[in-house]
Amino acid sequence: MKNVFSVAVISGILNTMVGLATPFLYAALGETIAQTSGVVNLGVDGIMLLAAFTAFAVALFSGSLWLGLLAAAVAGLLLGLLMSFVSVTLKAEQGVSGIGLYMFGLGMSSLLFKILIGTVKTVQGFPPVAIPLLADIPVVGPILFRNNVLVYGAFLLVPVVWWLLEKTTLGLKIKSVGQNPAAADSVGISVDGIRYLSVCLGAVLAGIAGASLSISLLNLFQDNLTAGQGFIAVALVYFGGWSPVGVLGGALLFSVVNSFQLWVQVLGVKIPSSVAVMLPYILTIAALTVTINRMRQPAALNRPFERGET
Amino acid sequence: MVLEETILTPGKPAALLRARRAGTLDWSTVALNVALPVLGVVFALVLGAILLVILRANPLAAYAALVNGAVGTRFGATQTLVKATPLLLVGLGICIAFRANVINIGGEGQIIIGALAATWWPLAFSTWPGWLLIPSTMIAGFLGGAIWGFIPGILKARLNVNEILSTIMLNAVALQLMNLLLQGPLMDPAGVKARTFLAQSAQLPAQVWLPRLVPRTLLHAGAIVAVVLAILVYVFLWRTTIGYQIRAVGLNPHASRYSGITVPTVQALSLTLAGAFAGLAGTVEVIGVQHRLLEGLTSGYGFTGIVAALLGSLHPIGLIPASILFGGLLVGADTMQRAVQVPSSLVDALLGLVVLFVSGSALWSRRWAARRGIGAQRDQESGVESDRDSVRESGQESGQGSGQEEAP
Repeated sequence: MKNVFSVAVISGILNTMVGLATPFLYAALGETIAQTSGVVNLGVDGIMLLAAFTAFAVALFSGSLWLGLLAAAVAGLLLGLLMSFVSVTLKAEQGVSGIGLYMFGLGMSSLLFKILIGTVKTVQGFPPVAIPLLADIPVVGPILFRNNVLVYGAFLLVPVVWWLLEKTTLGLKIKSVGQNPAAADSVGISVDGIRYLSVCLGAVLAGIAGASLSISLLNLFQDNLTAGQGFIAVALVYFGGWSPVGVLGGALLFSVVNSFQLWVQVLGVKIPSSVAVMLPYILTIAALTVTINRMRQPAALNRPFERGET
Repeated sequence: MVLEETILTPGKPAALLRARRAGTLDWSTVALNVALPVLGVVFALVLGAILLVILRANPLAAYAALVNGAVGTRFGATQTLVKATPLLLVGLGICIAFRANVINIGGEGQIIIGALAATWWPLAFSTWPGWLLIPSTMIAGFLGGAIWGFIPGILKARLNVNEILSTIMLNAVALQLMNLLLQGPLMDPAGVKARTFLAQSAQLPAQVWLPRLVPRTLLHAGAIVAVVLAILVYVFLWRTTIGYQIRAVGLNPHASRYSGITVPTVQALSLTLAGAFAGLAGTVEVIGVQHRLLEGLTSGYGFTGIVAALLGSLHPIGLIPASILFGGLLVGADTMQRAVQVPSSLVDALLGLVVLFVSGSALWSRRWAARRGIGAQRDQESGVESDRDSVRESGQESGQGSGQEEAP
């Protein structure tokens, strides 16, 4: 057990954590925007899967990672439009339509993968970029400042989403349709329009989350690549109390536990791997029970808006 | 503000009364409840065909292989029923949960825990005679699933934990639990002796195997059990007080609370029952089909069961044809993959589209019903709906819910 807590291992755990947190950050920050507008998009995992495939396939066939990333964002956007149409325009029960979107993404990504690619292939993902000076700081440097573009992007997104929601007019509108759509409607804000925008923005970020798995972290695609990470991202939004900083905390906590269990297995500590894999999920359930910031939950969350109804 | 209006509107009790009477047949509603899901399936199949054309596969050949696989042969047709059985059982649980406005995504995990219990029990009491062992194994599986439904239920009732998220997490926990046990205490001793270490349990004693209904097929007596239970669930939901409370909570939690129903308890109970039925689905898979526990036992029934339940309009009897349809789709998908090399995941994607379509069409059917005057007053009808939507929030943070709704 003693070598689990050596400096090398701890920095290894933290380094893995930063990578693992990346898809969660994109997906959960996107979901934060969608939920702030009052729409629960439970289909994040499906979007991530289809976008991960799209990014991988485009990168594989065109040789351009950036084109792959763009394609993933477009795939996310299209699925976001589908989700908004069903949940905002048709006012479907969001928990159910989200599951439909998930099943569609899961089946579709697997179908396209089997038809278009078929075998296990890998791509050369985004290379790590060392930030001059900062990367040379001992211990912290390699952990934080020797990562690839998508990892930096994920962490930069935290203040960006915070700024969007807290400091811009658009953010105010998003919050108002999430808190009191009738009032927002009465002052001329298009509730449906803002919700479409928020869901699509979230879906594009979920698409990038998928791409971060297939062309930056794992650099491959297989059936059910995400293994439910999209659902955990949704849970992180609740855990983080609908605040980007809270989501960051949740993503880091979840990832550090996950990273710890990976390292424990690598080091051959005698814990059955199933118990180790189970840990983060149990932690998530535990975290959901102690969520402190429930007061911040958008009042109209999960509630479709129809004029003259409330 | 939702709160005051909906509670004080005199029409509300009428909504509850209507719920009580919903057991009586209104043929045009039945027609709508059949037409919309069928339309959804057709819509998904058409989109699937377009997709196949784009992917340069022949949609006609693919669908012909699918239909042929599902009903073309005697074995295929019985396989359709074999797959429909767990779907029906899971779907019954989903019906109960969704009727109480609780979204149970935990079918997969509940199937696993039910299957674990149904494997352990007959192995532990392998000397019991069949007439005792079969029912007791079913009870064990039922209770196993019930525990896995009770956990999110009690978490929702006591700590306001969102059941969608907790059931999803519990799926992953159950899967790992099964892996752990299959690689440890439940691993087949024969496999250990032969040093193959397959992740599967020992074969169950033969007297616990469910009798086969058709010789040389896998169709087992569990199918009959499932149909009988469907009728029982119908009676439970429409002819008992608890069933009435479950439906009332789903239709209007606020009015239910004011009429003295303990909403969180009813919701926790419905989740527990949902888990129990999924556990039973795992049980019949183990003692009816596989005769042992092995990896991949759930085959996605936990999710497909949701689709079947939605397609059956959340009605236990409607679920019977719906689960046969999806059983057929699953069987046909495998044939299609073998015969014309179109991956069976096509059907998974189509199932997703069906869910999107059916959930999206609820608005149209509501408006249509309102126009026909079934809802009598459209305002109340939509009022019920907005309450249905708000139930999850008020369930989640009851402390905050009232304050917020009174504020404006």
